[in-house]
Amino acid sequence: MAGADGDDSLYPIAVLIDELRNEDVQLRLNSIKKLSTIALALGVERTRTELLPFLTDTIYDEDEVLLALAEQLGNFTMLVGGPEYVHCLLPPLESLATVEETVVRDKAVESLRKISQEHSPVDLEVHFEPLVKRLASGDWFTSRTSACGLFSVCYPRVSSTVKAEIRQHFRTLCSDDTPMVRRAAASKLGEFAKVLELDYVKSDIISLFTALASDEQDSVRLLAVEACVSIATLLPQEDLETLVMPTLRQAAEDKSWRVRYMVADKFSELQKAVGPEITKNDLVPAFQNLLKDCEAEVRAAAANKVKEFCENLPEDNREQIIMTHILPCVKELVSDTNQHVKSALASVIMGLSTILGKENTIEHLLPLFLAQLKDECPEVRLNIISNLDCVNEVIGIRQLSQSLLPAIVELAEDAKWRVRLAIIEYMPLLAGQLGVEFFDEKLNTLCMAWLIDHVYAIREAATCNLMKLVEKFGAEWAQNTIVPKVLGMANDPNYLHRMTTLFCINALSEVCGQEITTKQMLPVVVKMASDQVANVRFNVAKSLQKIGPVLDNNALQTQVKPVLEQLKADSDMDVKYFAQEALTVLALA
Amino acid sequence: METTKLPPSSPSSPTTSFSVPSAEKVDGFPRRSMRRARQRRSHSSSQFRYQSSQVELTPLPLLKDAPVAELHDLFCKKLQQCCVLFDFLDCVADLKGKEIKRAALNELVESVATSRGVLIEPLYPEAIKMISVNIFRTLPPSENPEFDPEEDEPTLEASWPHLQLVYEFFLRFLESPDFQPSMAKRYVDQKFVLQLLELFDSEDPREREYLKTILHRVYGKLLGLRAYIRKQINNIFLRFIYETEHFNGVAELLEILGSIINGFALPLKAEHKQFLVRVLIPLHTAKSLSIFHAQLAYCVVQFMEKDATVTEYIIRGLLKYWPKTCTQKEVMFLGEIEEILDVIEPSQFIRVQEPLFKQIAACISSPHFQVAERALYFWNNEYILSLIEENCQVILPLVFATLYRVSKEHWNQTIVSLIYNVLKTFMEMNSKLFDDLTASYKVEKQKELKRERERAELWRGLEEHQERRLQMLTEAARNQRNLQERGERGDPLTPTSPQSAHPDQPEPKPSGASSGAGESAT
Repeated sequence: MAGADGDDSLYPIAVLIDELRNEDVQLRLNSIKKLSTIALALGVERTRTELLPFLTDTIYDEDEVLLALAEQLGNFTMLVGGPEYVHCLLPPLESLATVEETVVRDKAVESLRKISQEHSPVDLEVHFEPLVKRLASGDWFTSRTSACGLFSVCYPRVSSTVKAEIRQHFRTLCSDDTPMVRRAAASKLGEFAKVLELDYVKSDIISLFTALASDEQDSVRLLAVEACVSIATLLPQEDLETLVMPTLRQAAEDKSWRVRYMVADKFSELQKAVGPEITKNDLVPAFQNLLKDCEAEVRAAAANKVKEFCENLPEDNREQIIMTHILPCVKELVSDTNQHVKSALASVIMGLSTILGKENTIEHLLPLFLAQLKDECPEVRLNIISNLDCVNEVIGIRQLSQSLLPAIVELAEDAKWRVRLAIIEYMPLLAGQLGVEFFDEKLNTLCMAWLIDHVYAIREAATCNLMKLVEKFGAEWAQNTIVPKVLGMANDPNYLHRMTTLFCINALSEVCGQEITTKQMLPVVVKMASDQVANVRFNVAKSLQKIGPVLDNNALQTQVKPVLEQLKADSDMDVKYFAQEALTVLALA
Repeated sequence: METTKLPPSSPSSPTTSFSVPSAEKVDGFPRRSMRRARQRRSHSSSQFRYQSSQVELTPLPLLKDAPVAELHDLFCKKLQQCCVLFDFLDCVADLKGKEIKRAALNELVESVATSRGVLIEPLYPEAIKMISVNIFRTLPPSENPEFDPEEDEPTLEASWPHLQLVYEFFLRFLESPDFQPSMAKRYVDQKFVLQLLELFDSEDPREREYLKTILHRVYGKLLGLRAYIRKQINNIFLRFIYETEHFNGVAELLEILGSIINGFALPLKAEHKQFLVRVLIPLHTAKSLSIFHAQLAYCVVQFMEKDATVTEYIIRGLLKYWPKTCTQKEVMFLGEIEEILDVIEPSQFIRVQEPLFKQIAACISSPHFQVAERALYFWNNEYILSLIEENCQVILPLVFATLYRVSKEHWNQTIVSLIYNVLKTFMEMNSKLFDDLTASYKVEKQKELKRERERAELWRGLEEHQERRLQMLTEAARNQRNLQERGERGDPLTPTSPQSAHPDQPEPKPSGASSGAGESAT
């Protein structure tokens, strides 16, 4: 040791501890965040014998400092001398696991879980497990809450007597007096079940699960639903019916909407966990009820799961179940009174077409899509449009194009600019699916109209959209359809529109290639250099800088350089600045 | 009881009331996070779902016309009649039934309030059942998940026309001179109280107002429930502080607690002190403090007036949770500190003056003038001023540097002139100390700068050291690997022991000694 710690005397611990004790919280926090540096300076032995005891004693501090400390200690194993000594870290972490502030406690538990893996089985029983026990029987709820997260990490690696104790402690916490602890236990129930032997899952966990699932507080009951997924996965199929299903059925009809919401939210996981038979007999009706729930919140959560639920139905009679049981509910949801329910549905409904196939889609789903495309709520329409690709694969988009167009046009002209922005973002996708002809005929005008929108964000998105379209349809198409229109705007009386021309050129030059840029775009830019509005002029300088790399050297020297020189002598400060910048960047100076 | 469930009836009933302008959440600048916007909801009552197919109500004879012999029987029938629930979101549904129930409730209220001898034992279970059926329900999802009680309009309970009368009845029932706690306690039990407490989360302030009065009466009359009620309120607060940060009825519960604390016996039980330290003080951390701060401060001061020895816990607790960034909350904290100082015992003041005045100095140097101003107002409070004067020797050195600096630097003229007044006061209090501090100000300033430089040096040294160590460690690890590999290949010279790390040690040392250490030792 002596050799290794040779230069430690340079850093008397008192000085370092003074730093950790500084009056200024910010400085204290900085020091704590560099705790590993300090520990390294002290060497492993003094870290163990001096630094850690100090940290354990001064646990009363600002929560922010404690949080940093809890985090640091999780990575301290090497700094105290490796796994052999890792248990030295337990005392400060134990105190941290009992503080009031949730984030600190959670971080301490996280670190404890991490270092538990570095304990040898013996140390785990000698040092770690007693800590868990102390926490589990602490006076204040915070320590008991923290204990809940530690059972599962030590259970697999201890002897059977200790295992029995751990199970007993967990049982006690599940029926704790305070709902906070019961919630913590309920949220760890699934995790704990996973490390238990199957027999104990059946004998212990199930009774705990049943009790928590009928707790007097809905905040506890809903956490049991989450555990249900893990538990059901662990049990053999034949036990599910008697051990889990009664509780699950009860949860799906709980009088609190929060619990039903949770069931709806976890429905796909539950479905996978209980398997196809129970799904057919139990979950289908339960799902129908959730889709018809009186609380919009629950309906929306269920609507979100429609596609996944259908996808995971057993294939042999999937179609029949969907057609007779699910689709009728879905139809009702299309005209739900609540827009969030409708938009949740709209975000997944298109996915059903791949499952149901072409004919069913045309006959049953298409009317629903069309209805949603006409929905009063733009979000519903947007969700449909954003998922068009699913339908495209099954029936082709043509079936929809008749209704699609009015919907798109309406969204394109929506009074809210964020709606317009959203639809612009789908344009390249739509263009790809609808094809160039349809696009030229119906949508091109819209895309051009956005260029003169009165909101800058829309004009900006529109230029970017043009670039993506050119990437899709090619330079030739650009030359014929959009470049002339864009360049035409250079003569617009409104300087904002003239600037849009420049922005478009910035975006398009690269995808259009050298020829179009040199022959068509550059002359326009050059001409605009004598615009009377300074903003246009300095944007000319910026544009030249931007398109410079696309041009050949000849054009740069003969056309770009003179213009920039001219702009450099401009009367406006900004024009000068950007001209100079362009000259430098393009190496023309 | 008619509790067979009938789900389909309600969804079709129009949930009209709140058609939020449809594009609103896609558009505009969302006032708060978009995170939960998806969850915007329409209001519908979860309660109604459990109502069976509607029972047709028929009007019963009036209570006041009933012969005495039949009075109780009729009263009971009316109570049963009032157990029928109505859909209030559909405002035209079953108007006749609603009117009959309303009239019946009115009669029940009046009868309990005015006539004696009505409340006989058999009526208790019926009355409590009627109350439970009507008021206990899972509160619907909040209309606006980002509901800010200070800015937003609360969603009002649709069934209030009936609910109000039920609450009124409950209140009159509890306040009736005939009310017998010994009979009531069989029905108003722990489960009942728990459900009652959960209702305090209602967004409707009218409902919370009734609940407050009712819970107060229950607490006053049913002694057996007191400890339980306190415990459950604790749990609600702890969940509010550490888990959800959302509960609409905190102010109301605190108001009740204010008067409960007032009645605590002395010496304070450990349970009550724990409540103060672990629940009331942490409540100050809540984001929505402004909504219940007045009630909270009242509770805190009540505790102090009961038992002065809790003062130190309180002040240190507040200092621990002192707001870092929210100036609005900082002003509230300062207000509470002043309320506390108003009643503080001089002996207690001495115990907390140091940390307290460090914080006050920090507030005075706040760039937010309202914070600085609020702190400086302490010097206008005669009692506080007298405490400061008594302890001038301790306090003046704590605040002097700040006052001096801020008087020169603050952007706000009002603050500057307030500070001059404070400095003047101090000068009059103890001119000698004042002159000493003025004289040593520059020196102190220099010292501080020096300390800062030293700290920077220390850390630079530490970091250099760390880098070297890490380099060494990686090198050592590499050497060890090499050695091991050689060992595996059967190479004869293989000390694969940990010592293999040491040979590298001395080499980088000298340079470290000269750079980092020299300065830090001074």
